[in-house]
Formats: sequence, C-alpha cells, structure tokens
Amino acid sequence: MRRAPAILLVVLLSMLATGCGGSSNKASDTTATAAAASCDKGSLNLVNAGQLTVGTDNPAFPPWFGGAEKAPWKVSNPYSGQGYESAVTYAVAGKLGFAKGDVKWIVVPFNTSFAPGPKKFDFDINQISATPARAKVVDFSESYYDVNQALVVVKGTPIASATSVAALKPYKFGAQLGTTSYDYIVKNIKPSKKPGVFDTNDAAVAALKNKQIDGLVVDLPTAFYVTAVQVPKGKILGQFPTVGTPEHFGMAFEKGNSLVSCVNDALTTLRTDGTLASLQAKWLQADAPVLK
Amino acid sequence: MTSAGEGRRGVTVAVLSTVVFFTLLAVAITHAPGWPEVRRTFFNWDEFKASMPEISRAFLLNVKIFMIAEAFILVLALVLAVVRSLPGPVFFPMRALGIAYADFFRGVPTILVIALLGFGAPALQLSWVPLSTTFWGIVALVLVYTAYVSEVYRAGIESVHPSQDAAARSLGLTHWQSLRKVVLPQAVRRVIPPLLNDFIGLQKDTALVGFLGSVEAFKQSQIDAAATFNYTPFVAAAVLFVALTIPLARFTDWLVLRDRRRRQATGT
Repeated sequence: MRRAPAILLVVLLSMLATGCGGSSNKASDTTATAAAASCDKGSLNLVNAGQLTVGTDNPAFPPWFGGAEKAPWKVSNPYSGQGYESAVTYAVAGKLGFAKGDVKWIVVPFNTSFAPGPKKFDFDINQISATPARAKVVDFSESYYDVNQALVVVKGTPIASATSVAALKPYKFGAQLGTTSYDYIVKNIKPSKKPGVFDTNDAAVAALKNKQIDGLVVDLPTAFYVTAVQVPKGKILGQFPTVGTPEHFGMAFEKGNSLVSCVNDALTTLRTDGTLASLQAKWLQADAPVLK
Repeated sequence: MTSAGEGRRGVTVAVLSTVVFFTLLAVAITHAPGWPEVRRTFFNWDEFKASMPEISRAFLLNVKIFMIAEAFILVLALVLAVVRSLPGPVFFPMRALGIAYADFFRGVPTILVIALLGFGAPALQLSWVPLSTTFWGIVALVLVYTAYVSEVYRAGIESVHPSQDAAARSLGLTHWQSLRKVVLPQAVRRVIPPLLNDFIGLQKDTALVGFLGSVEAFKQSQIDAAATFNYTPFVAAAVLFVALTIPLARFTDWLVLRDRRRRQATGT
C-alpha cells in the first residue's frame, strides 16, 4: 500500500501531459468575421437561424418600450413595436429582411449582457452607453440615440430652486448602477456627499420619493417617464451640458460578430431617410432647459 | 503512535499530493476553451490595480457597518437569549415574543429585511426617522443577526448543567446572580467559536447593504465592472473580504484548539 501514492502520482502526471493537447479550438473563431461582406438575410451570423434574437432587461421601461404589459415582460411589451428601442429594433430588423414575427425578445439583465462566453442574443438594446472601455469587451453598433443626462428632483425641496451645476454641490445624488449617469455625478457635478447607486430603476426612484437622495440623474427620456409616472411630485430640473465627447446609446454585440456591420448599414439608412428622427419625435421627449 | 520516519513520509505525501492536485486543477482550468476570455474578464491585472484603491476605500464602509452592528448584536442577542430562558409561567408572553422574533428574522432572507426597512421605514415620511440608507442597513443586519446569535447564546446557556444553577441557588444566590456569576460565564466561553462563526457571516453580509444604494466594496466593484464590462473588480472585492475573514477563521480554530487542550489538561 505504501507505493500507492507514487503510482497515483505517475498516473496523474501522465493525465496532465495528455491534457495539454486540448487547446487548439481557437481557429474557428476567426471564420465569423470573414463573412462580413454580405448582409443577405440568409448569410447573417445569427444565434438562431432565420430569427433575430434581441435582448433587453425586464422590466422594459417606457419611453424605450411601450404597449400593454404581457408576460414575461413587466410594465411594457417589447413585441409591441411601441416605444423607441422596440420601434428602432423592428425598423432595423425590417432593413435586414426580417418579418415582424422573426424577431424574438429575450430577457437579458444588464449585468449579464457583457458576461464572457457565447451570447444568447444577436444584439442587446437596453440604453447601453457605448464607451471605449466597454468596447474592448463587446462590439457596439453606431449610435441609435445621442443622449443627454438630466436631473430629476422633488418639487418643493431645496434642490428644486438650483439653477446651475455649481449650485448642486451640497446635495446627495443617486443614479442607477451601470449607467453613465453615475460617472456624470462623480466627474462633473462633484458633490460633497457620496452619491447613492441603485441596482434597479425602482430602487433609485424609491430613494428619491423617500428623500434619501435629493436628485436622481438619469438620461433625459427616462427623466420624462420618471416624472410623468413614477414620481408624481417630481420635476425635471434640467438637462446637463455635454462634457467631453457626446454620449450615445449603441446596441451591444458579442465581440467580433459580423452582424454589427449589417446593423450599422441599416442604422445609416434609417438615419439618412429620416426614420430615426421621426421615431425619436414620436416616442422621446427631449426638450428641457440646459443647466448652466 | 507514529514514529518520526512515518511522520516525515506523511508530510512528503501531503505536499506531493497537494502540488499534484492543484497543478492538475490549474491545467484543467487554463486549458479550457474559454480560459483566455475568462482570464481577460475576471483576472485582468491592470483592471485589478486600477479598481483596487477605490474598492479599498469603499471597503472601509463594510468594516464600519460590521463593527457597529457587531457591538449591538452581542448585547441584544444576549438579552434575547436570557429572556427566552426565563423560568415560570409569568414570563410566558416574553418567551413567546422572543420565539416569534427569532423565528421571523431567521426565516426572512436578510436582503428582504434590508430592502423592506431601508426603503419602507423612510417612506413613512416621519421627521424623526433617519433617512440614511447605511443606518437602515445596519438596523436590518442587527435585527437578523441578533436572532441567530441569540440562538447561539441560548445553546450555551442550556449546555450548562442544571446542577450548576442549583448549587448556586443553594448557596443563596438569586436567579439573576446565579445567571450572571455562574451560568453565563460558562455559557459564553463555550459558544465563542460559533459566535465568531456568525461574525464571519456578518462580515460578508455587509455587502447586502449596497442594495440600498450605499457604495460599499461590492457596490463599488459593480460600478467598476459595469463601467468597463470587466468582472475583475469583483475579484478585487472578494480578495478584500477574504483578507478580513481568514484571520478571524484561523483565530476561531485556535480558540477551539486551546479550549480543547485546556479541558483535556484538567481532565473533566
């Protein structure tokens, strides 16, 4: 019995040696990008053949998604084609040759949208700001919406009488996790109190209603939804001036997915023929005073 | 029972098998087809260095929450345990209340208690109710962990043989004197390892307070991960938590060992 460990060691070491040969399946990844030239529906690089699988978070909030709530979706229904992101998705799908019934929506929480490994969606459309740091991990489409951040406050509170960004410093702000709103607070408002960061839109709104935060920073179209529906006493104090490069939302793709260029072609067409502008006019309010 | 030669061989085998085991594990992981991507997104040294300073600063909030909560838990749990061990029918309502409390707060998930208190209590809009999310996070942790720790104390109290109490009472000590001078000193000493075990749990659960918006280490790592689409900050936060809990775990082991040696030495 005393020899058993030594024998075991030899066996394990030989397994180790044979295990080294198993790392040669990288070559297949490069073939995906080769097919970028063609954007025929049949030659698109899709998760499920013949179907455009699109991810977004649940609940899907207006004004980005609309229509009556339908399970499993809460608050709205991405299949409705109503709301800006749903409408843009169907417009892009149409340009790529998909019928409305070929578009399938799946729930993709924001935090898992950038997880490593194969993606379950062709693209994710979820008000994701395209930034250079993020673009190292996923591929973004071109902008489908150029976004500004805005400030929502509760009427009658001290912060509601502020008129400049400089006057906002003494207050406590909140933002939703994963949004560039948080970056805007930290880098540009530079408040004296540490901002609160909330996992969900609901939690951030609850904190604003409770006056646990003085102001909620969200993108401007969302600010209109927050004040219209979620916080009846809320008001949009204004939108923030753009600092540095303008921010935009992009659809997120698995890194190296050849579908990106086809979606970009579709977005370019939709932008030049005025479809994007008219969908924005239809679904998004974007008129608020700019804070000095 | 073992000779010196067998002891040395034992050490050699242990070292060898450990090395082989972890080498195989490392090889299996690093040769997985997705390893390069996992390494890039979870174990990215540059991201680690970049996110560590801010996560460390945020971690101070975890330590603060832990310290404050622990002080309250130690006292309140003992009170609860004593209340539950009160004898006689007169104290039945208090015992029942104690049982109901322990059942409720051990049954409800901690994150729900935090969410309900953190967003619920300030929603009352009472001027004297604090609004701070960290405050309510601490209150929630104290409520939940008091229920657990009181059970630990109670187990300790019940482990002291009734003859100890009877002897104390026969010497003329009152129930309270007997409890304070005879029963509790023995009970508390016996439950120190499980107490510390619960505090390791508490250290980790401070991360749940982030749900209310307080930027503690895990929340900070989520912020960094979402900004860069890279999960390495999670690993950085995990390293900090482990660095805090491992010394406490080893200290607990040492206490258990010392206690066992003492009891063996006195031969009881």
